[in-house]
Amino acid sequence: MSEKITITIDGKEITTDTEKKLLWVALDNDIYIPNLCAIREEERPYAGCRLCFVEIEGLEEPVTSCTQPVTEGMVVKTRTPQVDRLVKTSFELLLSDHRLQCNKCPKNKACELQKIARERKLKLKSKRIKHLERTFQIDDSPESFALDPSRCVLCNRCVWVDRNVAKAGCLGFSYRGINRIITTFNNVELTKSACTQCTLCVEACPVGALYFKE
Amino acid sequence: MELLEGEKEVIVNYVEGILEEFDPVQENLVPILQEVQERLGYIPALAMEMIATALDLPPVDVYGPATFYNQFRLVPPGKYQFKVCMGTACYMAGGQIALDSFERRLNIKEGETTPDREFGLEHVTCVGCCTLAPVVMVGDQVEGHVTPTRVDGILLAYDAITDEKENEGDK
Repeated sequence: MSEKITITIDGKEITTDTEKKLLWVALDNDIYIPNLCAIREEERPYAGCRLCFVEIEGLEEPVTSCTQPVTEGMVVKTRTPQVDRLVKTSFELLLSDHRLQCNKCPKNKACELQKIARERKLKLKSKRIKHLERTFQIDDSPESFALDPSRCVLCNRCVWVDRNVAKAGCLGFSYRGINRIITTFNNVELTKSACTQCTLCVEACPVGALYFKE
Repeated sequence: MELLEGEKEVIVNYVEGILEEFDPVQENLVPILQEVQERLGYIPALAMEMIATALDLPPVDVYGPATFYNQFRLVPPGKYQFKVCMGTACYMAGGQIALDSFERRLNIKEGETTPDREFGLEHVTCVGCCTLAPVVMVGDQVEGHVTPTRVDGILLAYDAITDEKENEGDK
């Protein structure tokens, strides 16, 4: 049963329900926490982007706010040196194999990565981590959209809508480690796969990996 | 890779048998894949589709784990499998050069098999005779000190270079 509780985020007192995840409580109250992979409807968050770290009083180490249920009297800080450092590193790692060229990207100015960089004053180009340039075949077989894995941040959002909303079962993760990419079964073109071209995955993509053609 | 004549029936037969041995739950996915590879030598796309149907999963959820684990191979092994050693000693002694030579001569990439399924190419990490570096294994046979010239010698011994193929390589 959900009941009303009061928590504090960055000194702001918020009344909310139990059974909610901290990330959504914060976002609903205009407190921005960076996130890429979070999906409100999902009960067991993927927690793969490692960007939504916060510090909670009483806990030794920062936690991902997307997996953290709120409890009565919880005191949260979204910006501490430790949190900032974790978020900065995660962000740099995500961008280390992300093909930038924002001016040529269809998601320019609507990109979640740009938004996080702006909000947290992070740079899109890191000096600390060597950039890995990778070339992939762009799959532009569908009529209205295309898939460019070199811009993918592996957030799982397209896979989630593909399974839970579109119920197509077309996209999934393949290969391992640095080679991990979004593919169809047997790596065929989207039009030759189970894809229904519903474009829900394109709307779910926070970056320019799945994008509408002009 | 194209299936050979009659191969489809063999795959369907084996995979149906294997699927009967397991409960159709997702936890059994990896054991099933292992069993398929054990009997067929590789995991054909057709087998993955059959497994997906049996476990009530989208086929891409079978493809994911099959590509994730190094133990699974999705292309059939060649009749002669060239294993180029990339252990530390062989790597330093020019294992990559040997691998490149094989790739050029056979016109396939590492991990692939020639369309006639005669020759396969893969890398291994240390076969335990580093003094012979760089080492290539052909089946159980060990070939040491493999220079590009030696690669040609090995391939000649297995009739891998015909005039036709050589010309293709020159193109």
